[in-house]
Amino acid sequence: MNQRLVEIGVGLFVVAGLAALLVLALQVSGLAELRQGAGYHVTAKFENVGSLREQAPVSMAGVRIGRVEAIELDPTSHRATVRMRIKARYDSIPADSTAAIYTAGLLGEQYVGIQPGWENEHLGDGDRVTDTQSAMVLERLLGQFLTNIQE
Amino acid sequence: MTAVEQGEPLAAVRGLHFRRGGRSIFDGVDMTIRRGQVTAIMGPSGSGKTTLLRLLGGQLHPHGGTVEVMGQEVPALGRRALYRLRQQMGILFQSGALFTHLSVFENVAFPVREHTDLPEALLETLVLLKLEAVGLRGARDLMPSELSGGMARRVAMARAIALDPVLVMYDEPFAGQDPITMGVLVDLIRRLNDILGLSSVVVSHDVHETLAIADHVYLLADGALIAEGSPAELQASADPSVRQFLDARPDGPVPFHYPAPELAEDLAGRRRP
Amino acid sequence: MTELLRRVGARTLEGLRGVGEAVLLVARILRAAPVVALRPRLLIEQLYAVGVQSMVIILVSALFIGMVLGLQGYYTLSDFGAIEAVGTMVALSLVRELGPVVTALLFAGRAGSSLTAEVGLMKATEQLSSMEMMAVDPERRILAPRFFAALLAVPLLTAVFSVIGILGGYLVTVGMIGIDGGPFWSNMQNAVTIRGDILNGVIKSVAFGFLAGWIALHKGYMAEPTSSGVSRATTLGVVHASLAVLGLDFLLTALMFE
Ligand SMILES: Nc1ncnc2c1ncn2[C@@H]1O[C@H](COP(=O)(O)OP(=O)(O)OP(=O)(O)O)[C@@H](O)[C@H]1O
Ligand SMILES: [Mg+2]
Repeated sequence: MNQRLVEIGVGLFVVAGLAALLVLALQVSGLAELRQGAGYHVTAKFENVGSLREQAPVSMAGVRIGRVEAIELDPTSHRATVRMRIKARYDSIPADSTAAIYTAGLLGEQYVGIQPGWENEHLGDGDRVTDTQSAMVLERLLGQFLTNIQE
Repeated sequence: MTAVEQGEPLAAVRGLHFRRGGRSIFDGVDMTIRRGQVTAIMGPSGSGKTTLLRLLGGQLHPHGGTVEVMGQEVPALGRRALYRLRQQMGILFQSGALFTHLSVFENVAFPVREHTDLPEALLETLVLLKLEAVGLRGARDLMPSELSGGMARRVAMARAIALDPVLVMYDEPFAGQDPITMGVLVDLIRRLNDILGLSSVVVSHDVHETLAIADHVYLLADGALIAEGSPAELQASADPSVRQFLDARPDGPVPFHYPAPELAEDLAGRRRP
Repeated sequence: MTELLRRVGARTLEGLRGVGEAVLLVARILRAAPVVALRPRLLIEQLYAVGVQSMVIILVSALFIGMVLGLQGYYTLSDFGAIEAVGTMVALSLVRELGPVVTALLFAGRAGSSLTAEVGLMKATEQLSSMEMMAVDPERRILAPRFFAALLAVPLLTAVFSVIGILGGYLVTVGMIGIDGGPFWSNMQNAVTIRGDILNGVIKSVAFGFLAGWIALHKGYMAEPTSSGVSRATTLGVVHASLAVLGLDFLLTALMFE
């Protein structure tokens, strides 16, 4: 076997493998989209985030405007702090908007939906959305339903 | 070459014991390989000649006695020291053992590439000279599968001497060679030994050729030395075992058979459960 | 009864000895890593043999498996009205499980068996022995480059497998059935995480490459030096490597995805 052909073959193989890894990291896991445009951060506190995950979409009127970046438990209030990154071009979200956690379809992922408010002030980097509505947890709904029936 | 150098022992085994599968192969063998000499080891098939070479090379460990090569106790050497010692030994395996994925040229170049940093041009000269010595320079680009048995053995021989070792061991170098090639090889072994100042061990069944080049001959049978001496001494010997081997007689004290019960007993035994 | 116990005991000891031997072998191979780094030529030759030459089978299998996943996903998910999730399903199945596992199984069959046979034959024809006598350590010269080539090749092949598989799924669902390509990708991107899924998949594939290379070489190196011994070692090598990959996959999955 010609040594040059072997080297070219191995070179192609390694490049193809690395390119595939890159595609997995950027295109499949959506890292690429996350990195374009710095955007700004907004936080919101929820009673319960259900099965919301990091990377989940943040949308407004069905249009994706950002992603969930971090979910942490606030040690003092025992509520979940959700940090979201909003794309830079969506910089005119009213400050009194509300955030809620919804489920896409019956089996779909959970996402954060933002309902616009009326104020003229806009949300900026580091601001907090105060008005929130938790994820619907099926067990809790059923529980409420049963207690209501019993009453 | 001075007389002192000639006589100096290069390798020696003392009181060698070795067993394989419960069968004793060596039962107290003493042997000395002297510097600058061609030492021949002869003996019936299965008498342990190949085994002896492997013991000298440190691939097998004796169950008793000592194996010393170039002043070092081989079985006691660590991996590193053993490998350093082996760099000074060349061995032609009975099967040739060429690397089947490498061409003839690359086979001979292999030990040189592994152990030296010779520039390619110099390496090529060296390899071609070795191939020329065994008459196979024209076969440099063939693969081992394209060689005849005798040619493969000669390539292996070129590989064994590629690094000009201090001690070369040839396991049946003449097997499968035509009379002309055999003559050339006999001559080559002797010439390499004398011109390059190597020391050689030749294992062979070819009595005539071996006695012609050897300085000293050991005759092995049944786990022990049955005779040793210069070719002339052996030729003059009246010992029936020596005569049987040298004159190629089927009957005599040296057994032709691998140890076994009597034939009649064995055949009768088959009937019984 | 005691005879039975004795036999069980003997078998167990024999098995343990084999495992111990294999562990020592891989330790020696790992210690030879600098040798391989100093002579990249050896590694390149082996990457060609185990990597490049496995490409075709990987590409073809990945495409078909991806297409089947797409079809099955479509049939199942359309019952739930969740066709948008088909991209997610295809990608997660491939990245987490099928990519690493199927690649490793194919590798064991394609490249592992040839490693075992090659090394076993070199042993049977005394090539390893003569190498030792030339003061060249076959564990460094022959085994180490092959081991590290397997260790590198399997993760790369796995990445290629997953990407081609996802493309296969895309072709079937978006290209042929005609579902919307937008949600296919965006749902996938929402669900697949780089740490949880991609990285764990890569870790799996590295572990599988280690196992496949190790088992193949150990079987060849310890093969009985006869033609029947080599053929038995080759078969056993593929069987043991496949079982080991499946077993380890279960363990890793249990650890990684809780
Ligand atoms: N791997 C092995 N396992 C067990 N016994 C072996 C092994 N190799 C060789 N033997 C035994 O050791 C003895 C000596 O073998 P060896 O190969 O040294 O003989 P030899 O003198 O070289 O014979 P030949 O002239 O036929 O090459 C033989 O009787 C053989 O049965
Ligand atoms: Mg022999």
